[in-house]
Amino acid sequence: MTYVPHSEEDRRAMLDTIGVHDMADLFTVVPEEVRYPPLRIPKAVSELEILRELEALSERNADLGHYSCFLGAGAYNHYVPSVVDHIISRSEFFTAYTPYQPELSQGTLQTIFEYQSMVCALTGMEVANASHYDGATSAAEAVIMALGTARGKRRKAVVSPYLHPEYRQTICTYTQGMGVEVVGDKNGVVGLDGLKALIDEQTACVIVQNPDFLGRLESPAILMALAEAAHAAGALFVVSVNPISLGLLVPPGEYGADIVIGEGQPLGNGLNFGGPYLGFFACREQYVRKMAGRLVGETVDVHGRRGYVLTLSTREQHIRREKATSNICTNEGLCALAASVYMVALGKCGLIQVAELCYHKAHYAAERIGKIRGFSVVGDKPFFNEFIVKCPMNPVDLNRRLLQEGIVGGYDLANDYPELAGHMLFCVTEMNSRADIDHLVDTLAEVAS
Amino acid sequence: MTEPLIYEISRPGRCGCFLPELDVPRAGLPKDMLRKDLQLPEVSEVDLVRHYINLSQTNWGVDKGFYPLGSCTMKYNPKVNERAARIPGFVRTHPYQEQATVQGNLKLMYELQDFLVEIGGFASVSLQPAAGAHGEFTGILMMRAYHHDRGDTKRTKILIPDSAHGTNPASTTMSGFQMIELPSDKRGNVDMDALRAACDDTVVGLMLTNPNTLGLFDEHIMQIAEVVHDCGGLLYGDGANLNALLGIFKPAALGFDVMHYNLHKTFSTPHGGGGPGSGPVGATEKLSKYLPGPIVAKANDQTEIYKLVMPEKSIGRMKSFFGNFGIMVRAYAYIRMLGAEGLKAASEDAVLNANYLQARLKKTYPLPHDRLCMHEFVLEGKVAGAADIRALDISKRLIDYGFHPPTNYFPLIVHEALMIEPTETESRETLDAFIQALEKIAEEARTDPELLHSAPHVTPVGRLDEVKAARDLRLRWAPK
Repeated sequence: MTYVPHSEEDRRAMLDTIGVHDMADLFTVVPEEVRYPPLRIPKAVSELEILRELEALSERNADLGHYSCFLGAGAYNHYVPSVVDHIISRSEFFTAYTPYQPELSQGTLQTIFEYQSMVCALTGMEVANASHYDGATSAAEAVIMALGTARGKRRKAVVSPYLHPEYRQTICTYTQGMGVEVVGDKNGVVGLDGLKALIDEQTACVIVQNPDFLGRLESPAILMALAEAAHAAGALFVVSVNPISLGLLVPPGEYGADIVIGEGQPLGNGLNFGGPYLGFFACREQYVRKMAGRLVGETVDVHGRRGYVLTLSTREQHIRREKATSNICTNEGLCALAASVYMVALGKCGLIQVAELCYHKAHYAAERIGKIRGFSVVGDKPFFNEFIVKCPMNPVDLNRRLLQEGIVGGYDLANDYPELAGHMLFCVTEMNSRADIDHLVDTLAEVAS
Repeated sequence: MTEPLIYEISRPGRCGCFLPELDVPRAGLPKDMLRKDLQLPEVSEVDLVRHYINLSQTNWGVDKGFYPLGSCTMKYNPKVNERAARIPGFVRTHPYQEQATVQGNLKLMYELQDFLVEIGGFASVSLQPAAGAHGEFTGILMMRAYHHDRGDTKRTKILIPDSAHGTNPASTTMSGFQMIELPSDKRGNVDMDALRAACDDTVVGLMLTNPNTLGLFDEHIMQIAEVVHDCGGLLYGDGANLNALLGIFKPAALGFDVMHYNLHKTFSTPHGGGGPGSGPVGATEKLSKYLPGPIVAKANDQTEIYKLVMPEKSIGRMKSFFGNFGIMVRAYAYIRMLGAEGLKAASEDAVLNANYLQARLKKTYPLPHDRLCMHEFVLEGKVAGAADIRALDISKRLIDYGFHPPTNYFPLIVHEALMIEPTETESRETLDAFIQALEKIAEEARTDPELLHSAPHVTPVGRLDEVKAARDLRLRWAPK
């Protein structure tokens, strides 16, 4: 089975038309010494066989459908309404590519325009692009955009130590050839005041996450003060957010953000072992010409009818080449469509409701866990749906015990913050029923005693 | 009749999804942190479904018809891949689950790494990059790390042929290097004299697409590799055109040191209206230790236990987690279903289809580089006796005949380029119908040029005013 339709007669006739004797004649330009190497790939299997094999392989995983999951840390277990997969499975959407021919792509273009509109509404921004690869690469592109906005005159990025550690690592990978200094790792940085002290005339941007990687929320007034400090130094203020939290919380646009980025996966995309996800990216309109990625704009056709096209392409690699704002071409279009369908399905009331479910359930869990002997919930800041728990035993061992009880436990913070060894980050969403939370609490109590 | 925007069919109080009731006590909300308003649409589920179905019907996809968009490899996407990627035991796994609980995922990734190693002839592969351009950027950073590791920091130039994808120079800039453009010779190869003149001890490497964007296999590939390596540079392979060479040759055998693969092109994963893709990177022995990670390794040779590891001198991570896993599942299923023979047959038929179209269409449209092509070729969108007809007019008229147009105006080195990539999944009947349409259009260009200028005529909207879109920026819905 090779999904090729030709019979031997077809091939014969086509070779005759081309004017060659056999298939091998098409490849004589390839140096003979490297031509037709052996390819050690297993023998072809049928559809039935591959599905059976993959199902068997998937059974070696702990399927979260059979566990209650309290793990978040950047990838979140949310309910995905049935309409999402139904719509993104329409092959007119998923077998299309970038809408270079607008007359044949109004479906893709209008859905992107609507996605841009909803991301702007959610974040309080004026412009959103059609997606990046994930939250981490959105963060890296935000730094590059800030450098571009400063026309190369500023070489420093102040990055909160509580931005997702993998976002920080990605920023460092992306900018390693650009001569950029990434500051704000934990040494000497305490709270937002510590970050503020690092801002100077070399600073291109200041990046914070809210809720931060440890789940903590900062008040809009305090974030606004940081934004003002960044602006006073001529730097851009970048905020990374969990989009579900914005069902409840003040959007970063209202506390001075110039760029808002984040992981879009919680919006209607499954966990999928880390991908494909989507990075959302929104900013103030004054910076749009330095933005990366596809943008869809409204216009009219020759008859005056409303329609949509890719616009401001002069920012992009296929037009500007080495002077482009980014090299991005393929993005995460179908994941952005899933996010759109999710936002429409939930709508205004639904997104608020999901955010509230996460908030109240997480607080219920935190309160109960905090009462277990040996455990304590750390910190006095408000949180959204993740919180830090100090454990009486090694989180790795604790998680193994939880797993035996059908629970996927929290994130071991020692991975990224050595000073938080023995601490776990628990996440609660609408997927965790009260019974699940009670079971977690009972199990923790039992394990600790 | 165009479909209204979702905001325009919104009515207060409607909701398209019902969630469970709150089953725990309410906690106090932080009042100073709460938003006042959330402007998302409010529609019922049936409104939602009709809206998106109506929009989908204004779109063109591979499942609807021929999509010969050059350089994008719009081959048929087997439906079993979609089913495979939706197996709950794959979908419902968290990237931070303990590795012992995701051994199925890790084994699949390990084997896919191995398949790609074998296909490219490389020593190792990282599956982390999310797209082709992401893979290119990865590759250049690896070349940079290689030189710096040797203490050689004076190399600042990346050589790029003028036929290259725009992502190549853009990735070069992002890596902090300077691009030096190389001209092509009359036969569409890299100009060897220009290459020799550019090669010195300031060259990081050459980024080469082979076959190139003209669909031509470079006739001097072995000398190119030698010249680049002789000056201490490295050879980067843009794997965008890998669909021409599965089982035909292995890029590492031609001297490529590092290369990205596009799983969404060569290995049939759907393009999704712009993505997601997947752009794994392969490297020879000397560059493997710089690969981004984590990548998957066996815990030891005796056991079937897999683990995530960071290559020794990794450039770092290119994104969160391990790459676009859902795309890897699709590509894995595809490779297993084709096997070695099937992969080779796919490339052969891709090259056969392109040459068949080229042989017949060059009688009607100018072919600037008249020699056997690989999986795609580039015509000039010009018609003798119809001076005011442009490639764009031909493309738009093709839509009326039920075909997606080829890539327009790329590569830049061909005037009025029409870049055609049929892929192996198209039948002879489809190719013949496409040829007939292009022949008819050439005739119309002479007899009734207005028909082309005003095309397309069959789509929900006609040609759109792109200048207005860029001038009167309207990038989101706003209430009137």
